[in-house]
Amino acid sequence: MHGLLHPRPFRRTMEKMMKRHLLAAGLLTIATQALAETPVLTVLTYDSFTSEWGPGPAIEKAFEETCACDLRFVPAGDGAALLARVQLEGAASEADVVLGLDTSLTAAAAATGLFAPHGHTPQLDLPVEVADPLFLPYDWGWFAFVHDRTRLPEPPRTFEALAASDLKIVIQDPRSSTPGLGLLLWVKAAYGDRAAEIWQGLADNVVTVTPGWSEAYGLFLEGEADMVLSYTTSPAYHLIAEKDDSKAAALFDEGHYLQIEVAGKLAATDQPELADRFLAFMLTEAFQSAIPQTNWMYPAVTPAAGLPEGFDAFRPAKSLLMTPEEAQAARDPALAEWRTALAK
Amino acid sequence: MLQLDRLTFTQPGFRLTADWQAEPGSLIAIMGPSGAGKSTLLSMIAGFLPPTSGRVLWQGADLAPVPPGQRPMTILFQDQNLFPHLTVAENTGLGLRPDLRLSDADRARVGQALARVGLAGLEERRPAQLSGGQASRAALARALLRARPILMLDEPFAALGPALRAEMLALVREVAQETGALVLMVTHDPEDARALGGSLAFVTDGVVHPPVATGMLLSNPPPEVLEYLGRK
Amino acid sequence: MKPRLAPRQNLPAHLLAGLLLALVIAPLLAIGWRGTGISLGAADWAAVRFSATQAVLSAVFSTLLAVPVARALARRQFPGRGALITLMGAPFLLPAVVAVLGLLAVFGRGGMLNQALTALDLPPVSIYGLHGVVLAHVFLNLPLATRMILQGWLSIPAERIRLAQSLGFPPRETFRHLEAPMLREVLPGVALVILVICLTSFAVVLTLGGGPSATTIELAIYQAVRFEFDLARAAGLAGVQLVLGGLAALAAWGLTRPAGFGAGLDRPLRLDAPPGWRRALDVLALILTGLFLALPLLAVLMRGLPGLADLPASVLPAAARSVGVALVSAVLATAAALALALSAARRPGLWVETAATLPLATSGLVLGTGLFLLIRPFAPPMTLALPVTVLVNLALSLPYLYRILLPEARALHQDYGRLADSLDLRGWPRLRWLVLPRLARPLGFGAGIAAALSMGDLGVIALFAGERQATLPLVVSQLTGAYRMEAAAAAALILVALSFALFWAFDAGGRRAAA
Repeated sequence: MHGLLHPRPFRRTMEKMMKRHLLAAGLLTIATQALAETPVLTVLTYDSFTSEWGPGPAIEKAFEETCACDLRFVPAGDGAALLARVQLEGAASEADVVLGLDTSLTAAAAATGLFAPHGHTPQLDLPVEVADPLFLPYDWGWFAFVHDRTRLPEPPRTFEALAASDLKIVIQDPRSSTPGLGLLLWVKAAYGDRAAEIWQGLADNVVTVTPGWSEAYGLFLEGEADMVLSYTTSPAYHLIAEKDDSKAAALFDEGHYLQIEVAGKLAATDQPELADRFLAFMLTEAFQSAIPQTNWMYPAVTPAAGLPEGFDAFRPAKSLLMTPEEAQAARDPALAEWRTALAK
Repeated sequence: MLQLDRLTFTQPGFRLTADWQAEPGSLIAIMGPSGAGKSTLLSMIAGFLPPTSGRVLWQGADLAPVPPGQRPMTILFQDQNLFPHLTVAENTGLGLRPDLRLSDADRARVGQALARVGLAGLEERRPAQLSGGQASRAALARALLRARPILMLDEPFAALGPALRAEMLALVREVAQETGALVLMVTHDPEDARALGGSLAFVTDGVVHPPVATGMLLSNPPPEVLEYLGRK
Repeated sequence: MKPRLAPRQNLPAHLLAGLLLALVIAPLLAIGWRGTGISLGAADWAAVRFSATQAVLSAVFSTLLAVPVARALARRQFPGRGALITLMGAPFLLPAVVAVLGLLAVFGRGGMLNQALTALDLPPVSIYGLHGVVLAHVFLNLPLATRMILQGWLSIPAERIRLAQSLGFPPRETFRHLEAPMLREVLPGVALVILVICLTSFAVVLTLGGGPSATTIELAIYQAVRFEFDLARAAGLAGVQLVLGGLAALAAWGLTRPAGFGAGLDRPLRLDAPPGWRRALDVLALILTGLFLALPLLAVLMRGLPGLADLPASVLPAAARSVGVALVSAVLATAAALALALSAARRPGLWVETAATLPLATSGLVLGTGLFLLIRPFAPPMTLALPVTVLVNLALSLPYLYRILLPEARALHQDYGRLADSLDLRGWPRLRWLVLPRLARPLGFGAGIAAALSMGDLGVIALFAGERQATLPLVVSQLTGAYRMEAAAAAALILVALSFALFWAFDAGGRRAAA
């Protein structure tokens, strides 16, 4: 891959919805009809995966070299939009594979009954064991609060210390953003019944709650906050793409919540074999090596060449993750606690 | 022949009827106290105001389904007879073709009409650059080009001085003569009615009376006309 | 038989209004159909209350503050006046996130204001909260309000001004007899569009709101669709939003009074420019507004400049695509709004009025999702991305255009309707020789607004996205999503510059044509 100096898209967030500017869409696109003989594999995914800076282009090229097919990525907004899209389309969907859900959404996705088992039992380089018959992980990351160490050399080491400090943080809204939801589950996983208390303590630290990741990260870079909810791999972007080592992720003693991104095969696919081949391809070197510096996440299978510089700089000692079912059950009560604590 | 067939307009506190006819080419002044309904009558004839009942007929045909612009008449309002963003020539040219696609011959006719009303050389002016009298002349030039069989005027010269008004009335008579038009002119001034000549339809108590020779009516006025004229 | 008037029912306009209403309501029904009963919880009603509160405050402040600014612009001559009026188009066109970052450079924790306060040993102020939301909405909408009100001032005929001058009216009387009636005609409509657009505001409210107490209906809809797939609840919330918009339209309808100035002869005449404290007040209003608008814009410019050099090549085709869509949308929206405004001027009707307002109050997500559900059985949505984009742009920019055109269309009808009718000026000639020249100024301004609005395209059609046919806003969003904040700021600057250029071209074109 050339162009490694260029930063690659990382996170899809939910800014799509805003009324005046926004995402939109491939206008003018009349899907070019592939030659009749070439089978088409349609993969529904989030926007940034397919963008010029995302893993999409390289992966498409690599897979098409081996599959004698036309791999087509259809962008559908962000992770949560993806699930809504699958539900809207139901069994009539043209998509064969859905790529980009995370484990806080897979319980709801499984409940739709629209996904088929993938049949793989892969060896994955994940900090926790994950075995889901319907969804196969392709990358993952730890949520973390990112800060600038020139301005904040000694970041807090726990949520309680953060709550006790007068540091200002920006977070994302759990109702519109997957990192926001991740933070909610993080606090819940770490503190259980004390989560509400932790949120009450954090209330005066929260400068504001943004609709998506990019607004929050933007505000942080503009100096509106001391810390922002992001990923432990965020500093690696600044290090690699900008030669800037001032950004750091604060490691918390409670452990860090994981985001694991997965793909699944739709039961109604008209290309079941091709879909299976794509899922298998997903865990090969060609796919996995594209992930770190396009998606800025850890690949599910560490490439032969190892991880890029900076990916080892902030490794939490402890990983937190709820099962999809726990996450699903925890969401509504946690949301209510969050809302009550922050609605000053 | 213009026929007002039991033409009636009513609304709460107001009623107006007219039931008479007029020959082509006649000159008729319509006079009466303000608020009596002079302009209402013209609005009904012109098609701006649907009558409550009754009909307006021209040469025997009911005008009800005919939109204002296609009725056999030209109307001059008290003011706003010209579009301020168009030149005098364009304003006049609308009388020939509303789409202003004027041929050379058309343009020549516009020039002649303007010359006829004394506006030669002012073709490219805008209405804001005209005096009140000049604006009225331009509107008359357009009436000349439209050459419709009925010419209606709604106190068109009220804002002009006496001498200018007399001049304009003379011009109206000439235009009417040249186009053979039936003239209906609303005025509140008996002198205007006299200057127009022809007959006078007096409006009072909700009735537009049939026109009577102006000289006769004014020299031998019935009581309500007397009252209007302010003589005892 | 009752005699009837020549056929003047404006059938096309009514069809158009029906179509707009269908566009607003059909998606709602399509979504509600998929659900199972609507129940709104306490949190939903809190969102409704907050949406309404911030929208009313934003509309009131934007409109009232715009009055002195518009008046100062109407009666003062100064170098740079034209530039200031043109600048008034800019904030409205900013993508919400760009506007927020611009405002933060001035009012944020490390912004100019707080730096100044710190230097003076004063406590810092925080922009986050209801006041910040209202501030941002005023920033975005005050210029639009000013332009619309200024249009009202300029439409007072010189003849009426001369009369006032000849009667020796002091400023207070001029206000009572000339300005107040004009404001009575213009202000309700201005406040209405601002209120309704703020009702559906999403990113600004959430980013500056400071926490979950600043939750709008649109966010609740978002949550219902995305995380809960509770379509019935989404439809219910969108319905509430529509009802609020409808109520606002009704209120504005009741408050509007035609000024009834009568026609003038287009003689140029300016209002008196009173000296003394009134002059000082005008100057103050202009300087404060100028700073309030220019500083954040300047910040947007400064943020964008450094990244210009290393923008990805894909910005160019994306920009071309966006401009193309904007032009088509603007032309169609202008034509549609003109048809509605002319019809409403002839015969005011709540039907047309509502149809021309409600699209603003639709939830973008519900509109997009509903259209997706409606279209899918008949055609692959991807193949209809272009027409749907244009349709949605048309529906969402039409309300602005309609408001801008309506007062002038009314005046046109009152002043020249009969004359034109009597000359049989109909159809294209009427448009060519009467409507277009007389309405050139508002048409240019409105088309500019529509074009610029259509540049920033809408999340509404995200569901129709095909393979890699990025528009400029999508590129901006992809860049911010990829950590490339500097490049994103540069791409956003290009987006803003192009929007502004389109706006300027139409607006200046209209003003020149009117001159």
